Amino acid sequence: MRDIGARIAAARRRRLAWRAVEATILLLALFLILFPILWMALTAFKRPVDLFDLTILFTPTFDNFRTIFAAPWNIGRTLWNSTVVAGLTVLVAVPASTLAAYAFSRFDMPFKGALFFTILATQFIPAVVVVLPFYLLFRDLGLLDTHLALVIVNLAIVTPFAVWMLKGFLDAVPTESEEAALVDGATRLRVIIDIVVPMVWPGVLVTAVFCFILTWNEFLFALILTRDEAVTLPVGITRFRTERGDLWELIAAAGILISIPMFLLSSVIQRHFVRGMTGGAVK
Amino acid sequence: MRDRWLRYLLILPASLLVLGTTIWPLAVSLVTSLRDWRLTRSLTPGPFIGAEHYVTALTDDPDFANAAGVTATFVGIDVTLTVLASLGLALVLRRAGVLHSLTRAVLILPFAVSPALVGISFRFMFNAEMGVFTWLAGVLLPWLRGFVWLADPWAALLVLAFSDAWRWVPYMTLVVLGGLAALPREPEEAARIDGASEWQVFRDVTFPALLPVLAVVGILKTVFALKMFDQVVTLTGGGPGQSTQTLAFLVYSIAFRWYDMGYASAVAWILTAMLVSLAVWYMRLVLRKPGGA
Repeated sequence: MRDIGARIAAARRRRLAWRAVEATILLLALFLILFPILWMALTAFKRPVDLFDLTILFTPTFDNFRTIFAAPWNIGRTLWNSTVVAGLTVLVAVPASTLAAYAFSRFDMPFKGALFFTILATQFIPAVVVVLPFYLLFRDLGLLDTHLALVIVNLAIVTPFAVWMLKGFLDAVPTESEEAALVDGATRLRVIIDIVVPMVWPGVLVTAVFCFILTWNEFLFALILTRDEAVTLPVGITRFRTERGDLWELIAAAGILISIPMFLLSSVIQRHFVRGMTGGAVK
Repeated sequence: MRDRWLRYLLILPASLLVLGTTIWPLAVSLVTSLRDWRLTRSLTPGPFIGAEHYVTALTDDPDFANAAGVTATFVGIDVTLTVLASLGLALVLRRAGVLHSLTRAVLILPFAVSPALVGISFRFMFNAEMGVFTWLAGVLLPWLRGFVWLADPWAALLVLAFSDAWRWVPYMTLVVLGGLAALPREPEEAARIDGASEWQVFRDVTFPALLPVLAVVGILKTVFALKMFDQVVTLTGGGPGQSTQTLAFLVYSIAFRWYDMGYASAVAWILTAMLVSLAVWYMRLVLRKPGGA
C-alpha cells in the first residue's frame, strides 16, 4: 500500500514539474511574441531624448504622430497609396479567382490538373525575377512610380493564393441546391450568382482580407517600382532613415500605423488564416 | 451544354492574370539572361551570348558563391528553428489552460506585421548603443555585454534568422496545431493504456502521424527562406561586408546598383529553378491528399 502511495506522490510531483516547465515555455513564448510589438508601441510615444532609455516610465507624447503626418513626411499620402494599391489589387484578383476556382471545383476539362498546378506553382516564384522585366517595361511606358504599376505586379503574388483558397472554400459547399436549380432550368451563370456566391461569401471575404494583407505588407515591388508619388507604407518607413541617422521614434509611430489595421484584419479571419499559405493541406 | 464553353470563360480572367504577371516576366527574364545587357551602356538589349552568364555565376563569381553560401546557411538555421520551435510550441499548446489560450490568441499577430517593418524594429532592438535586446543579452549573458550584434558576420545572420523566425514560428505553430487537431485520439490513448511513456507516445504515435504536416511546414519555410529579401534590406543591408547577402538581395544589387540586367536575370533564374523544383515537390505532397485542396 505504501508503495502505491509513494508512486502516486511521485507521479503527482512529476505532473507538477511538467506544469512548471510548460508555464515557463509559454511565458517565454508570450514574451518573445509580444515584446517587439509592445516595444514599438512604446517607442512611438517617446520623445527622442527618451528613446534609448530602457525604462517604461516616460512622459508620453503624440508629437511623433503629428510629425509623420506633417511635411516633409506626409505619411497620409503613403497611407492612401497603400490603401488604393491593396484595394484595387483585391478588387481585380478576387472576382477573377472566384470564377476560376468555381470552374476548377465543379467542371472537368482537358489539362485541368496541369493548369491548376501551374497557377499554384507561380506563387513560389521569387518576386525579384518577376520585377525585372516589369521594371524595364514600366520605364519604357512611363509607368514607374504609379499605382497601376504596383497593382499589376501585386496581382502576380495574390492571384495564385486567391485561386487556391477559394477552391478550398468552394469544394466545401454542397452542390445539391445548385443541381436542383439546374434541373429546374436555371442557367449556370444564374446559379453562380444566386446560389453559389451567397453560400461561399464568407470564404470570398476571408480571401479578400488575406490578399489585402499580403499586398499591404509587400516591400520589394514598391522598393523597385516607386520613388515618390506612389510609395507605399513598408517603403515609406525606410524613409525615416536619414543622413542624420535613424529617426526611430518616427519609424515606430509609422510602424504602429501600418500594423494596427493588419492586426484587426488578421484577427477577424484568424480561423482561416492558416489556409492561406497551406491551401487547406492542413485543416 | 453551354457549360462546355462557360468553364473556359470562367478560368480565362485568372489565367490571363497569371500569364501576364508571372509567365510573361519569367519568359522575358529567361531571354534577357542569355543576352549582354548593361543599362549603363545601352537602353536596348545587347547581343545574345548563350549561357555565359550562367557559367560565370556558377564557376567564376565570388559574390554568387558567397550569396549561395549565405542563403544555404540562412535556410538551414531558419528552417530548423521554425520546424522545431513550432512543433514544440504546438505540442504544449495542445492542452487547455489560461496561459495556453492566451498564447494561442496572440499567435496570429507577428505574421500580420510587414517583414520590412520586422527588419527595422529588430535593427532598433539590436542597436549597438542601447538596443533593448543588446541590453537584455548583456544582462543574461554577461560576456555578451557590449557585443555589437549587427557588426559581427555570424551574429548578424543569426539576428536575421531570429527576426524571420519571430514572424513565422507563431504562424507555423497554428499550422501544426491544425494538424494535431485533425489526428484521431484513439491511437495515442491506446498506447498510453498499454503503458507507453509520454515520450514513447510522441515518438511512435504522434510524430509519425504528424509527419505530412511537418513536411508542409518545412518545405513552405524553405521556399520563403530562399526568397528572403525584405529583412535583408531593412535589418542588415546585406552586411557587415557581404555576410548577410542572400541570393534575392544579390539579384537586386546586380540589377539596381550595377544595372547589369542580363547577369541579374541569370542569377534570378538560378534561384527560380531551385524554388520551382521545391514547389513541384510541395504541391505533389499537398494535392495528393484526398479532400485537401
